[in-house]
Amino acid sequence: MDKEFTTVSLPTSLYKKIEEKIKGTEITSVASYIGKVLREHFAKEEASPEVFSQEEEEKVKERLKALGYID
Amino acid sequence: MIAAHGGKLVERVLAGDKKAEALEQAKSLPSLRLDEDSVSDVENIATGVYSPLEGFLGRNDFRGVLDHMRLGNDVAWTVPIVLDVGEAEAAGFREGRDILLACESGQPLALFHLEEKYTFNREEMAEKVYRTLDAAHPGVARTRQMKPVLLGGQLDLIQAPVTPFAKWHLSPKETRILFREKGWKTVVGFQTRNTPHVGHEYVQKTALTFTDGLFINPVIGRKKKGDYKDEVILTSYAELIKNYYLKGRAVMAILKMEMRYAGPREAVHHAILRKNFGCTHIIIGRDHAGVGTYYHPYAAQDIFEEFPDLQIIPLFFRSFYFCKKCNSVVNEKICPHGAADQIQFSGTKIRDMLVKGEIPPVEMMRPEVARIIMDFQQPFND
Repeated sequence: MDKEFTTVSLPTSLYKKIEEKIKGTEITSVASYIGKVLREHFAKEEASPEVFSQEEEEKVKERLKALGYID
Repeated sequence: MIAAHGGKLVERVLAGDKKAEALEQAKSLPSLRLDEDSVSDVENIATGVYSPLEGFLGRNDFRGVLDHMRLGNDVAWTVPIVLDVGEAEAAGFREGRDILLACESGQPLALFHLEEKYTFNREEMAEKVYRTLDAAHPGVARTRQMKPVLLGGQLDLIQAPVTPFAKWHLSPKETRILFREKGWKTVVGFQTRNTPHVGHEYVQKTALTFTDGLFINPVIGRKKKGDYKDEVILTSYAELIKNYYLKGRAVMAILKMEMRYAGPREAVHHAILRKNFGCTHIIIGRDHAGVGTYYHPYAAQDIFEEFPDLQIIPLFFRSFYFCKKCNSVVNEKICPHGAADQIQFSGTKIRDMLVKGEIPPVEMMRPEVARIIMDFQQPFND
């Protein structure tokens, strides 16, 4: 695998703020906290659900009706 | 509707002219026959059940999954989906060239665009995925039987194999359109490899109280000795839904896949797959996807802490039982009574009764479900 971890610089004030925030929680390091927050952020940006063409939709609905899933 | 995992629902199913071209091309390609489990993996990759995977893992992603439970692009992925072959067989395949993947019968299945061949350490894979090296663990035993070379690359499905359970076999595209047709904005998925008892029903209906719809999704495929046969699970669930669920609130479709019994890792894997089907929530109970006593009873719930980016919401259930004093199914958080008042949902006890021809008490199993199971001469895998 490519190099697994890389170093990012943070302002000391921000680092200390995060250290204070995670005290007493289950998060064991500033790096873990940052990773968690960023992953949550990127997940929210995950693409919107796909749109199927009318033809695809009709074909699927026909099958669903034939199988009794919809009326 | 929730987006597919990784942001895009994969669909690599050839049709029309492209299918005809592939079948023609396949005649001159080296071929590889796959066992039932790998055939299911191919179908699941191509129809988007395994989104964002577009093929079998290459080395980089394989390492990421083993070491960090993430693909090389950081998308969560916890169970390696790989294609193993022997050394002699691998030598006959060239990186950068196509291979015809076929079913055990020889029927053409998919075009595989081989990108890389690589070796791996079986012991390392077993230990990381299953958290044990005990040979009695079915996943460890299976891993040790794997052939030494893994093939990585994308694939395109030419023709899906026929399944005896076609009436319950829906792709993620189909389930997503189904949920939309039903007007369900939130859908809770329920993973199972067993026939339903009253405890399962309680968990499903509790979850359904908070969502628009329930998606019962039994795993069909390789399971272990003593598990219920697939047809028993499906017909018993169909009977339960018919008699005890509101029409329009619960549907069932199968997931064709090998059960790995990987406990925590597999719980996350199950969540990802149900997300791809369009579920916004998933029920995770005690010892989800576990076997024996390899995993702490709630390890499969704790692991979700490591995946804040999954988006599908796990609904955690503690162990439940029937309380004679409460006169209902309860769990340890809501019932103040003692063990003397509890009837445990023991799969072994239910199984023993059924084998003897006894209908389990109504507190444990709906009589209609029990009768369906007892109609089978041999309801369990040998």
